[in-house]
Amino acid sequence: MMVLLAFLVGVLVGVGVYLVLQGSLARFLLGLALLSNAANLVVFLSPGLVRGHSPIIPLGAKVLEPPYADPLPQAMILTAIVIGLGVLAFAVVLAYRVHQVLGTDDLDELRGTDR
Amino acid sequence: MKDLLLVLPLLLPLLGGLLSFFLRRSPLGDGVALASALAQLGLGVFLLGYVQVKGIQSTALSGWPAPFGIVLVLDTFAALMVFTAALVGLAVTLYSLRGIDPGRKSLGYFGFLQFMLFGVQGAFLTGDVFNLYVWLEVMLLSSFVLLTLGGERAQLLGGFKYFALNFLSSLFYLMGAGLLYGLTGSLNLADLHLRIDQVEPTRTSVVAGFFLLALSIKAALFPLFFWLPASYHTPPLPVAAFFAALPTKVAVYALFRLFTVLFYQEPELWHRLILWIAGFTMVTGVLGALAQMEVRRLLSFHIISQIGYMIMGLGLFTPLGIAGGIFYIVHHIFVKAALFLVAGLAQRLLGSFHLEELGGLYRFRPYLALLFVVPALSLAGVPPFSGFFAKLFLVVGGMEIGEYAIVGVSLLVGLFTLMSMMKIWREAFWKPLPQERQEALLRASVPRTMVVGTALLSFITVFIGLGAGYGFALAERAAWELLDPSDYIKAVLGGGR
Repeated sequence: MMVLLAFLVGVLVGVGVYLVLQGSLARFLLGLALLSNAANLVVFLSPGLVRGHSPIIPLGAKVLEPPYADPLPQAMILTAIVIGLGVLAFAVVLAYRVHQVLGTDDLDELRGTDR
Repeated sequence: MKDLLLVLPLLLPLLGGLLSFFLRRSPLGDGVALASALAQLGLGVFLLGYVQVKGIQSTALSGWPAPFGIVLVLDTFAALMVFTAALVGLAVTLYSLRGIDPGRKSLGYFGFLQFMLFGVQGAFLTGDVFNLYVWLEVMLLSSFVLLTLGGERAQLLGGFKYFALNFLSSLFYLMGAGLLYGLTGSLNLADLHLRIDQVEPTRTSVVAGFFLLALSIKAALFPLFFWLPASYHTPPLPVAAFFAALPTKVAVYALFRLFTVLFYQEPELWHRLILWIAGFTMVTGVLGALAQMEVRRLLSFHIISQIGYMIMGLGLFTPLGIAGGIFYIVHHIFVKAALFLVAGLAQRLLGSFHLEELGGLYRFRPYLALLFVVPALSLAGVPPFSGFFAKLFLVVGGMEIGEYAIVGVSLLVGLFTLMSMMKIWREAFWKPLPQERQEALLRASVPRTMVVGTALLSFITVFIGLGAGYGFALAERAAWELLDPSDYIKAVLGGGR
């Protein structure tokens, strides 16, 4: 499972970078969304996967004995997903306005500010 | 009481921001923002004294004890930065009262300015690596809005570049934080300092690489600085001044913290690399500035070059080097914001940011010349201003351990900086103005609040210069707390509550 998910991160990063480098506004946003999901998966995977052991102290025991699934990375991802959603929502609006001003999907036209 | 004191630097901008956002259509909103900024400055001064008397303070949010919960920590470095940010916040707020058009105010300008301060102060105070990510995002999201507020063409285009690079760098930071947790099982900085020893150095290096990459995009280090001069000249001037002062320095602050408390094991790899980056950042920034004829773009390139100096302090990785770097950060924030604000005043009077179209300011507006010349000479490192001492500490720090190459580079870059400042002086202040524009200049005037805001920052560099001994003692104390974090750890983990 771990290896499979690691490959998935690789695929997501690969596709994300490809889309970002296409030079098109819409694809750029899609690429960013994929990359941000890849980053979330990395956080999820980094302490290792444990299946079938929820992090609940069993009846009668005083402490949690490993192995157990670490809940903290999931809390971190939850935060990161919410932040990512907010930022991407803003980005969609920003991209829409940029498209209105530029009249094109071509990111090379952004050079206009440097003059 | 102590817990409240540590949370107050966050509560003030949050409440001030919310209130002034909801009151954005009435002049009351401006008043709330100004009151909040004033209160933050008062608090900043108090906290700076408090931490020196009482030592490092920490508080566990919601009562979850460290290392399980999130802690806020106030050490000398954090207190210095909280004070610095508050002072810049006040100056920019004062300047914006009349320096921002009513249209942008009614869109919530002051609210977002306060929210951005909220994120900045949070990043300074947090003692948790993941929480730092959250604060960086709070700061960034407000900065995206501030940068594009008003929706002018240049703003949108520059804002998109700023957004794209900063979003990517946040992803790298997030991955770094995740991997760090995977390796050590902790995110609390003090706890991490104790645990990082048990991890294989090659593994920590991978994580350190993620953090360095993420933060060097945010701090605009060589070779990842391209977004900065492409976006910083597009927003209204007070926003540009605020950006010139704070967001990049927050990233530098994070680098200082992480690469002293956390990634201290392999200075031969990381700090050597940082020293090289510092040299290249200084040189490319200053050379880029030489080619510019637009004041804001010229000053933007100087931000990059100056960040090289700060990072040089970190790269030296000696007490004197780090202290010099910290001194430099504080000095630079004031001076750079002051120069931007002066450029704004000149634009108010003459209607342009282009050096070709400026002129005659020395003859017709001598007070503006004074406001410019003090931070300009300070930036270039002329005594007795703060910039001279900032550079002096770094140069001595470099000589001490025989890093002559970087010392030479830094001195040479100082010379080029002086050339750049002389270019602005010659073009905007000394060059005679055509007859017909003289009359326009004589009729033009700037609101007093804008001048006061600028003067506040312009003249503090003199005070820092005159009180350099005291300022350096503070910076040195901050540096020692970073290099020997035993007090920090005691405050966070043991008996801190």
